[in-house]
Amino acid sequence: MFWQLVRRDLALIARSPALWLPVIFFVLVAAIFPFAVGPDARLLARIAPGILWVAALLAALLPIDVLVAPDAADGTLDQLASRGLAMELVAAARILAHWLGFTVPLLLALPVAGVLVGIDAAAGWRLALALLLGTPALAALGVVAAALTATLRGGGALAGLIVLPLALPVLIFGVGADAPGALRLLAAASLVLVALAPFAAGAALRQE
Amino acid sequence: MPEPLVATEIACRRGGRLLFEALSFRLEPGGALCLEGPNGSGKSSLLRLLAGLLEPAGGTIAGGGVRTYLGHDVALKPGLTLAADLGFWAGLDRGRARLPAAMAAMNVAALADIPCRHLSSGQRRRAGLARVLAAGADCWLLDEPTQGLDTASMALLATAMAAHRAAGGMIVTAVHGDIGLADPQHLRLG
Repeated sequence: MFWQLVRRDLALIARSPALWLPVIFFVLVAAIFPFAVGPDARLLARIAPGILWVAALLAALLPIDVLVAPDAADGTLDQLASRGLAMELVAAARILAHWLGFTVPLLLALPVAGVLVGIDAAAGWRLALALLLGTPALAALGVVAAALTATLRGGGALAGLIVLPLALPVLIFGVGADAPGALRLLAAASLVLVALAPFAAGAALRQE
Repeated sequence: MPEPLVATEIACRRGGRLLFEALSFRLEPGGALCLEGPNGSGKSSLLRLLAGLLEPAGGTIAGGGVRTYLGHDVALKPGLTLAADLGFWAGLDRGRARLPAAMAAMNVAALADIPCRHLSSGQRRRAGLARVLAAGADCWLLDEPTQGLDTASMALLATAMAAHRAAGGMIVTAVHGDIGLADPQHLRLG
């Protein structure tokens, strides 16, 4: 049941702009930063992890609009609920599918974005690991925010306001990934958010 | 044979407003129940109660076997082909084997490879009804199932509903006017 949901969600993501839009946005943000802070390569390399994390965080906000709202509007949630499926299960499947659809392209684009901000190879690998550990939390927050705002007009903008403050721990431990223990704390933050999010999103989806 | 669908003294409250209360009915296998009443009288809400999408404010709903629901929104994804979309739901319902016959019965088999965004509203409605047929449920809950259907499609629906009832199935439907159900019970709301 769960894997049927994940497979369908992935098929839908693969056909929507949610697959490529965030990645292009991510690379573009990385590309404009050197113009904004000037051509000082040392400065740029120092702040590169921060730039890429903020770019990834903002990119994660883009697909929130289309994560849940279409399912609420076209009766898909009704069809799932009338089959007795728990909304928590639906939300968990959506988180996994969204994470795969967001993170895989993001990591593939990371070398390009990394070159644009002049990050070195060691820092790049560390950043890739940190993104891998941190993005589940971003996916979980995105689905919760999408579920909360699914029936609101202009909910996407509101969802951004919900996600950004809650993503702060992920950002802090993600950017500071070279500090001792930071990766563990990042993984812990991800675990907590991924564990709680299906219940929060499920409760939001069940409200009528 | 499934159990009869029995609603006992159910009440429904929506947005702080009491739509109906002390509503009871009993539907035997093979029976059909038409919900009638003016707009806003609670026909759709009663169907959503029966589908488990709403909790009744009071009373109990029992029996009816496996129920399947088709509301106003047909829940077809614009980017998927009709076969892929209906295939997913048939997979959830363990009804993949029933799907080709169901699509043929509602005359959508020829549309299988067309992305749902290109379907007309009548074709979408027929696709939704094919999903109901393929679900293999005992009780169909249909909210204005003839909406957008042409005369030929209404005849297909009437045939499908008659076959379902002949096999011991039940149908609860919100209607305006006759939709080709033989000898239904009527329940007036509002």
